[in-house]
Amino acid sequence: MSKTASITGGSAFRFGLLLLAMPLLLWLFLLVILPHMDLFLVSMRERISYGKYEFSLINYIEFFAEPLYWNTYVRTAVMSIFATILTLVIGFPVSYYIAKVMRGKGKNALFLMCLIPFWVSELVRTFGWMILLRESGVISNFLQWAGIADGPVEMLYNDAAIMVGLVYTSMLFMVVPLVSVLDSLDDSLIEAGYDLGGNAFTVTRDIVIPHAMPGIASGCIVVFMLTLGNYLTPNLLGGKDSLWFTEQIYTQFITRFNWESGSAFGFLLLILSSAIVWIGLKLSKQTLSETVG
Amino acid sequence: MADQFDLECRNVVKTFDDFTAVNDISLAIPKGSFFSILGPSGCGKTTLLRMLAGFQAPTSGDILIKGASVLGVPPNRRPVNMVFQHLALFPMMNVAENVAYGLKRRGVDKATITQKVNETLARVGLPDAGPKQISQLSGGQKQRIAIARCLVLDPAVLLLDEPLGALDLKLREHMKVELKQLQHEIGTTFVYITHDQSEALVMSDQVAVMNAGRFEQVGAPQDLYYNPKTAFVAGFVGESNRWHGTVEGGDDHKIEINLASGGKVIAKRDGQTNLVTGQGVDVFVRPEAIAIDGTEGADNSLSAKVDNVLFNGAASSLQVRELVTGHEMTVALPQTGAFASVKAGDEIRLSWSVEQTRCFASTEGGAGA
Repeated sequence: MSKTASITGGSAFRFGLLLLAMPLLLWLFLLVILPHMDLFLVSMRERISYGKYEFSLINYIEFFAEPLYWNTYVRTAVMSIFATILTLVIGFPVSYYIAKVMRGKGKNALFLMCLIPFWVSELVRTFGWMILLRESGVISNFLQWAGIADGPVEMLYNDAAIMVGLVYTSMLFMVVPLVSVLDSLDDSLIEAGYDLGGNAFTVTRDIVIPHAMPGIASGCIVVFMLTLGNYLTPNLLGGKDSLWFTEQIYTQFITRFNWESGSAFGFLLLILSSAIVWIGLKLSKQTLSETVG
Repeated sequence: MADQFDLECRNVVKTFDDFTAVNDISLAIPKGSFFSILGPSGCGKTTLLRMLAGFQAPTSGDILIKGASVLGVPPNRRPVNMVFQHLALFPMMNVAENVAYGLKRRGVDKATITQKVNETLARVGLPDAGPKQISQLSGGQKQRIAIARCLVLDPAVLLLDEPLGALDLKLREHMKVELKQLQHEIGTTFVYITHDQSEALVMSDQVAVMNAGRFEQVGAPQDLYYNPKTAFVAGFVGESNRWHGTVEGGDDHKIEINLASGGKVIAKRDGQTNLVTGQGVDVFVRPEAIAIDGTEGADNSLSAKVDNVLFNGAASSLQVRELVTGHEMTVALPQTGAFASVKAGDEIRLSWSVEQTRCFASTEGGAGA
């Protein structure tokens, strides 16, 4: 009796659990697994003629054979890593100031000021930078007015402009996790560090940064992935020389209508971001679960 | 002279905007003693301690450590170390690294660090704890590591900011004794702040009772308990029965007081020549000073009815209500067996001597001190 009861009870419980998990499972399957499986399958075939396909690695071979492709690939990775580091270097003191130095209303106001630019779309923010940086823009005019430059100065369409845009776009995603992790650092730990003879540098190195490591790692992962997959900012601020890998994917899909090659590139970008995040976690001795949780 | 004292404060004042947290405090702590600052929360004791550690600067006055002024010396250059309220052990380091932290900052070589860390861990009774993580330690062990982390630096003064507050009662009782013993063995000057009078009384050589930014009284624990100098000390240190009344008369040794609730008591004058007839006073009598079924002819006596018997082993007491006035009192109930039959509703006769009765100019009466 009790045995059958427990069996039916168990299956009812399992069914309920399944029902509860259904939205998540559907989301994972339909929006994550299924498209990637299809992407993978498309990337592994070659178009022979109209409506006729064959299994082939030609798309991947093409990528390695054409220097422009993998140069863009490596350049995108390096620039993204650099943008992430730059965001961290700028974001950390800002976060420390918000979390540990400011008190009360000023703290909220400062945090809000970091948030406000994100109320408008990335496109509008990027155009804002273009207004500042272009040949006939605000900074160029100011330099001429101040007598520092003789003629119009073009500050758009170079790597520095891309970097400025990327760091600005990513800042919030670095500041939010850092502020929350630094908020959780007990002030008395910092005071104890000083009390035992530490100075600003050693206290930051030995106490603040080790404590903030999960926040640093999660901020860096988010910023790196956003940067690597960014299309708008490099395209608008870097112009036709920006050579960002997402632009290559766009070109394959939309301009060349070569879905096979585009899928292969998309898969390579996924591998790149996964590999670099994995290496970053190994280097910082963090685990993904610690960072996300 | 000055170098007999490990720590001296001279007229230290600290104000925050309009608020005076520490008001003209002077103290001198002799070498090797256990000095406690006892006060209710908000009395300024934490501010005082933070000024000693160097986290806050006094508005005026001077702080001297081993005879030299430390004004303007940042916390990392002061020869004092602090055990924080929540201990502030570094969770990102293991026990040995925590203890070694201060030595590393001083640039001591590795062999010496290892040796000193091991010595200090042995001294606090945890010789094998070095490789453990902080989270693996029990509350009492954390306490000892926090102290070890400071002691390894041989500070002139060790500051302790209510470090027993977070422990459960049993462990706190145990740590009190252990802390006193440890201080006795190593001979470092301890400055201990707490709001728990039992901690201060049990451990200290000297206790300063602090209230509203000032020291009310500084003295040995016995002094504070038996000879309180102010109404605040009499009320704050130990349990007391308290009445309000006015001075009726008396002589050089005693004062007759009419209680506001009715009745009359005679209190010790104790050199308080400022108490004149008609002045408002607060009267204090300790529960254990009152004898139950006392002999006739005692200085003060009254009849009362038992409201409640509060049994708590050796600390048992009676809640009684005076028959005439209805004033509530607490009386210690000695567990000698003689009063085992006392129960709620009984009428008893209470008495106590002049010597055990203290009175102080009332703080509410407006007559002033």
